[in-house]
Amino acid sequence: MADTPLTARDYPIAETSPDDVTGNRGKALSSLTMEAVLSGDISMEDLRITPRALEQQAEISKSVGRSTLAKNFERAAEMAQIPQDEVMAIYELLRPGRAASKDSLLDVAQKLRDELNAPLLADFIEEASRFYEMRGLFQKRY
Amino acid sequence: MELALFVAQWTMRAERELEGMSQSYDANRWKRVDDWDARTLRLDRFAVEDPENGFSAFSGSADPSPGVGIKAGKVVSMDGVPAEEFDLIDAFIATYHIDPEIAEKAMAIPSVELARMLVDMNVPRTELTRLARGLTPAKLAEAVAQLNAMEIAFAYSKMRARQTPGNQAHVTNAKDDPLQLAADAAIAVALGFDEIETTMRVARNSWSNALACCIGSAVGRAGTLFQCSSEEAEELEIGMAGFTSYAETVSVYGTESAFIDGDDTPWSKAWLAAAYASRGIKMRCTSGAAAELLMGFHEAKSLLYLEARCLCLQRGMGSQGTQNGGIDGAPLAASMPGGVREIMAENLIAVWLDLECASGNDARHSESDMRVAAKVLPYLIGGSDLICSGFGSILKYDNSFNPSSFNGEELEEFLVLQRDFEADGGLTAVEDARALDLRRRAIDALSHVLKDLGLAEATEVMKRSVAVASGSNDTDTFATRDVGLISDKIAGDRVSVLDVIRSLHRGGFFDEAENLLFLVKLRVSGDYLQTSAVVRDGRVISAINDPNNYTGPGTGHRVSEARRQELAAIRDVLDRDEVLRAEAASEMGEAKAIRYHSMGAADPGTDPTEIVVGVSPGFGTKIFRTLAGHRLSAVQRALKAGIERGGGTMRLVRFWHTADTSFLGLSAARLSGTGVGIGIQSKGTAVIHQKDRRPHNNLELFSNAPITTLEHYEMMAFNATVYARGKLPDPVVVPTQGEALGARFHARVALIYAIETDMTEDGATPEDLTITFLKDS
Repeated sequence: MADTPLTARDYPIAETSPDDVTGNRGKALSSLTMEAVLSGDISMEDLRITPRALEQQAEISKSVGRSTLAKNFERAAEMAQIPQDEVMAIYELLRPGRAASKDSLLDVAQKLRDELNAPLLADFIEEASRFYEMRGLFQKRY
Repeated sequence: MELALFVAQWTMRAERELEGMSQSYDANRWKRVDDWDARTLRLDRFAVEDPENGFSAFSGSADPSPGVGIKAGKVVSMDGVPAEEFDLIDAFIATYHIDPEIAEKAMAIPSVELARMLVDMNVPRTELTRLARGLTPAKLAEAVAQLNAMEIAFAYSKMRARQTPGNQAHVTNAKDDPLQLAADAAIAVALGFDEIETTMRVARNSWSNALACCIGSAVGRAGTLFQCSSEEAEELEIGMAGFTSYAETVSVYGTESAFIDGDDTPWSKAWLAAAYASRGIKMRCTSGAAAELLMGFHEAKSLLYLEARCLCLQRGMGSQGTQNGGIDGAPLAASMPGGVREIMAENLIAVWLDLECASGNDARHSESDMRVAAKVLPYLIGGSDLICSGFGSILKYDNSFNPSSFNGEELEEFLVLQRDFEADGGLTAVEDARALDLRRRAIDALSHVLKDLGLAEATEVMKRSVAVASGSNDTDTFATRDVGLISDKIAGDRVSVLDVIRSLHRGGFFDEAENLLFLVKLRVSGDYLQTSAVVRDGRVISAINDPNNYTGPGTGHRVSEARRQELAAIRDVLDRDEVLRAEAASEMGEAKAIRYHSMGAADPGTDPTEIVVGVSPGFGTKIFRTLAGHRLSAVQRALKAGIERGGGTMRLVRFWHTADTSFLGLSAARLSGTGVGIGIQSKGTAVIHQKDRRPHNNLELFSNAPITTLEHYEMMAFNATVYARGKLPDPVVVPTQGEALGARFHARVALIYAIETDMTEDGATPEDLTITFLKDS
């Protein structure tokens, strides 16, 4: 079953499989109760979406023909495990004129691929670097 | 002294001159134009079409012809531009939006054929969204441009992604007052908004605004999504702390220069899109007509073509949806010929591309209420994922985004439009007392959390002033500086939504704690990240499990009977009981003012001075005031005075066979010794009649009862005596100021008249009455 991609029939997964959907520390959605919150058992990590849930959402969107949305969810699945500061630092670098050269983007891509287990994001940054170079986006703006 | 005298003389002369001018017929233009100048419409400025300078809705001078070249599964040219000359936007669209598998086939379909498919109810939505994956911006623009406004509206209704329509509210205020935000958020939730959006007057107050709206939106029911529009990094942080559940500030533009001027690229924005999803936060992009023109980078392209680029970009990024349809550029778009049609057309492209559409109708595009209502109507009757991407649930001056098309002031107009058209605009009226309860609850909940978490202490005066306030001008609350301190402390203490849930629970706000937990748990499954997701009755509904399946009458979204009842239930609605209750209240006063004595069957009179006043069955028996509010005893006094001033004698007769003014008048005239009579209904409508005339060919008719004064009744009665002498008086003219009297009175008129006609009996004998005026009349 685990290998069969989800479809629209499995949606919403919070309703169809509340025991399988978990937060980032493995706690099932069904165990995220008020009692657990009050007793301090729940942290924000438990309320964080997992790469698996994002991949499942990608499968569902693909099943109804939304391939671009699915790709975004797949990128997000990789990003889910990347620390916030890192995510925002890369965002900043992608803005016009922030990267001084193509190389600084390629360095990020390499890190994403080698250290952060994020090959789709790495491809995405490499692609950006090609077009940024074509359009001369490596000039400082302020 | 001398000066004063001079001024006085000068003023007198000026006044004389002015007087002369106003009576002069030498004006060099028609005075009607002055009337038009005085209307709010004329505050709007309109612009001439000028395609070279970006002022064209549909046909920019540099708009390309549609086209696509595919080689080896790659886009090698698009809309006349070869790949090596692609700018960032072309490149992104070609790489991520265009599906090479279907592009050539889809592009080969003539635009007019695509347009016909859009309005053909037999072509399913999914077939069109499939084709859209292969269409270029120029092709999409060319196809929707074939449609007239009606066709666009219809196609939009068919093509929008989620079946159930919804709406979004702005909740902000001029003081960034957290108490008012909480109270207003609770009201927005009660009204039925699916999403609420806040922003700040002072950037520093973002965390305070977020906390306040978050708590307010948990009052009453669970599931209203909330966003706090602020700087990108901070907005994401606020989201990660769990206070917000969606974002729509990811703006994109249709020209590369505008994009770069906005300090982003398609790749940086796409990165953000993934970032929001990766944190379980719903996200949509924003784009709208004329943004590029406002920023000075239009490239001589039309509004629609540039928007088509924006929308293809958004689909390519994998955004589930868009806030689209003019948005901040709506006023500029609407200054051009066809600008509003263009706004509709761009929304159509959005839904054709299978994006959730928060369809603008936010930034007010006109000072004219009529233009505003006309613009929203297609969305109201056709439905939209979010009809307004910011309906101002607060007063105009409290809207920190700028006034919306509809605001707190006009909220009831929207509710009535829903009722008029039996169209679901997503909102439901909130009863007065409940509104106040909800406001107090929200204020109490927030005040508790502020105190419990050591953030601030709201005084009783603050709480009470905010609860009843219509807007921030009425409140006695936190100073804006204090709000900044609250905000800093929330951020500094790293307060999270879990702290807030626990605090609410400690304070006994159990429902609110549960509602908030429900909301924050949505992000774990990510179900609400799918296209057009909102929460209804505790369930996520989206284009996946509530897809728009419109294929003609009987399909698609239909208003259920239960919902129809909700739409009908606006405030202060009149019924028969209400009319009778109001009359019963007047009855006691009349009992002290006048007494009617029945003198038995009325026969034709012979008195040569007699004017018969014929009254209807309900006159003074069930109905006691005219529509103008005059007591019927006072009307009788006025009629009597008028007749006596004319040297006549009044004789009062009640008719039981009719309640119709003309027949009352004619019947009265036929009983009258002079052949002239007055007929009057209890609501005050009256007629002077003569016995030989046809029923509807009377002497004088007083049909505007709501504006008929006692003086008019007196003069009418006097005129009756003049007619009786065979003379022609000056007819009494009841001046109207153009009031929509039908709208104001006809519901009551029909109810009163039904009460009167119920009392009539065919062939019933008229009855002579005498009246005694008592001291209170």
